[in-house]
Amino acid sequence: MSALRKLFRFHGGVKPDYHKHASTRQPIAGTPIPAELVIPLHQSIGGPPRPLVQAGERVLKGQRIGDADGNVSSAVHASTSGTVTAVEMRRMPHTSGLSALCVVIKPDGRDEWIARQSFDFRNASPTETRDYLRDAGVVGLGGAVFPSHLKLNAGKQGRLDTLVLNGAECEPFITCDDVLMRERGEAILKGAAIMREMLAAGRVLIGIEDNKPEAIAAMMAAARAAGDDAIQVVAVPTRYPAGGAKQLIRVLTGIEVPHGERSTDYGVQCFNVGTAYATHDAIALGQPLISRIVTVAGNVGQARNYEVLFGTPMRDLIAPCAPLPDSDRVIMGGPMMGFRMPGDDVPVVKATNCVLVGSDALFPPPPPEMSCIRCGECAKVCPSDLQPFEMYWFARARLFGKAQEYHLFDCIECGCCAYVCPSRIPLVDYYRFAKSEIWAREVEKEAADQARDRYEFRLLREEREKQEKAAKLAAKTAAGREKAAAALAEAEKPARTPEEEAKHALIAAALERAKAQKERAHPENTSNLSPEQQAEIAAIEARRAEIREQAKPHLRADD
Amino acid sequence: MALGAIVLGGALGYAAVRFRVEGDPLVEKIDAILPQTQCGQCGYPGCKPYAQAIAKGEAEINQCPPGGEEGIHKLADLLGREFKPLSAEHGIEKPKAVALIDEQTCIGCTLCIQACPVDAIVGAAKQMHTVIAGQCTGCELCLPPCPVNCISMEPIAESVESWKWKYPVFKLTPSRKEAA
Repeated sequence: MSALRKLFRFHGGVKPDYHKHASTRQPIAGTPIPAELVIPLHQSIGGPPRPLVQAGERVLKGQRIGDADGNVSSAVHASTSGTVTAVEMRRMPHTSGLSALCVVIKPDGRDEWIARQSFDFRNASPTETRDYLRDAGVVGLGGAVFPSHLKLNAGKQGRLDTLVLNGAECEPFITCDDVLMRERGEAILKGAAIMREMLAAGRVLIGIEDNKPEAIAAMMAAARAAGDDAIQVVAVPTRYPAGGAKQLIRVLTGIEVPHGERSTDYGVQCFNVGTAYATHDAIALGQPLISRIVTVAGNVGQARNYEVLFGTPMRDLIAPCAPLPDSDRVIMGGPMMGFRMPGDDVPVVKATNCVLVGSDALFPPPPPEMSCIRCGECAKVCPSDLQPFEMYWFARARLFGKAQEYHLFDCIECGCCAYVCPSRIPLVDYYRFAKSEIWAREVEKEAADQARDRYEFRLLREEREKQEKAAKLAAKTAAGREKAAAALAEAEKPARTPEEEAKHALIAAALERAKAQKERAHPENTSNLSPEQQAEIAAIEARRAEIREQAKPHLRADD
Repeated sequence: MALGAIVLGGALGYAAVRFRVEGDPLVEKIDAILPQTQCGQCGYPGCKPYAQAIAKGEAEINQCPPGGEEGIHKLADLLGREFKPLSAEHGIEKPKAVALIDEQTCIGCTLCIQACPVDAIVGAAKQMHTVIAGQCTGCELCLPPCPVNCISMEPIAESVESWKWKYPVFKLTPSRKEAA
């Protein structure tokens, strides 16, 4: 129920044109199953999931095809039944236009589900429930795609005061949360109830910008039907970016989460309404996250919201909306924070809240960037209370350490500063540049530290091995010496037992006999010789001696 | 005054013993800047010995090709020396690469394992060897000992995760008036 409650305000913010009506005129539509689904394995923050299927395998709708890599990761599922034609590198819905590992599925058109079973989270431990949600691929659908199971943790106190559901949807053109709330409020509230139980949260505040009266009315009706006084629908003033998690928490509760801390430390956790809906699907219906609501808007004849299977190419979505002929770009997200796509062939993923078709007429290219005149307008509108001009100078001069000192990483890249900049400086581009440089350096530094440790360990190991070898050798020589000494002692030992004496006597007698026998045997050709033969042998011997004498000087000493 | 001198001298002497810094902090600072490739291209057997040589003033700051221009700039800033371009005799700056063993050709001689400064190659005698790509520093020290030349250096390709936003540049386009 909505009561008159005191609202707070966040610093700064802007009021751009919203352009939201075009896409809310019609209800959510389904999309036909495309000819080919390209499902990227890496669709959330954290480690990229490992593929579980191979080319040629048949998969069912909702079958897990990518397994979470560690706890900070989220599983990925087949969006429909069909045959896996390839697990290969495909172009990602990412500004870089680079490729990543995707599972390509050729749908069979039967749309056959896996066996679906609801999950009894009340009789499961919190860890089991979190693991279940991780394997169901539930991530934050507001755009940041942070794995939800990590956020569904009540923290140290074991309970929270407030669960905030974010239905503010402040960015222009995007209406996916708006229509979801209008049409599926009941399921959202059921999902919120599950989250609330997991977090042991006292109250649930659903924050919706007041430019969405239909959604507010629908959610209020749903809350009334649920009959729970702890669930309150709150209309918040329309001001971009009221949908930022920290900004919405500030508006609803007055709590300002300080730099470097989490909202859970202050008893508040915040989820997007779409995430609550997905949680309900996963736990109550046993359906993993395989689709989401996507707004198609911008330079199109008929803007509309669609429920889209992940992996559907964006162009399949744009085509029924009658894009205008001068359309020349596709943006994922809104005009303020969205990312330009490398083409319209890239697939819809969990992070795709909006497919915005653009043209030069709709989004005219900005006039040339001019020098910063230090007017301070950017600091006036910054919802994170930062000093954007300082961060801009340091990012521009590549003094990243200084930029970090001005809390660059508290910047949510909302684009308010660039929106009001009279010099038309693309400030957010500078922050993104600085952030990615800092991240790259951190990765490099970590690798260098690891290499240093491994190198030092190797030196240590080599030294140890050398010592061990030396010790072994010393032990061996010592053992040899001992053996020799023992042998000597044995030889010097005079006393023998009578038995040994007898043995020795026997051996000595045998040796004696052998010697005598040898003496008796003579070579036949040197005995019984005639005197002539003896003379001949003597002559030969003399000649041999003579030759030996002659050869002596020609032979080397060692021969 | 003499008493004061004795007291202060005693205090200083005590502080010198009590707050003694273990090791050479300058070497540590230089070592932190060096990329820890352990490739030996600088002429020293590792990054730490090179750092010690720089600290002693025995080596120039421009002998580390993997550190590149940026590394030289950082060393120059730290040591208050002039920036010098990378010395050509020590090598050229290359994009980061990792070693890749062609497992069909490898004969299992273990020579590369012995050469790797960071123990990033696994294998045993007469068994196939392989490189742990995540630990490889790209030092190329395993290339020369290989008797069958089965190791190659593969440059690390840019991925969606490692992609960096580029420095924003002014787009200079002629104004419409001029173009007309």
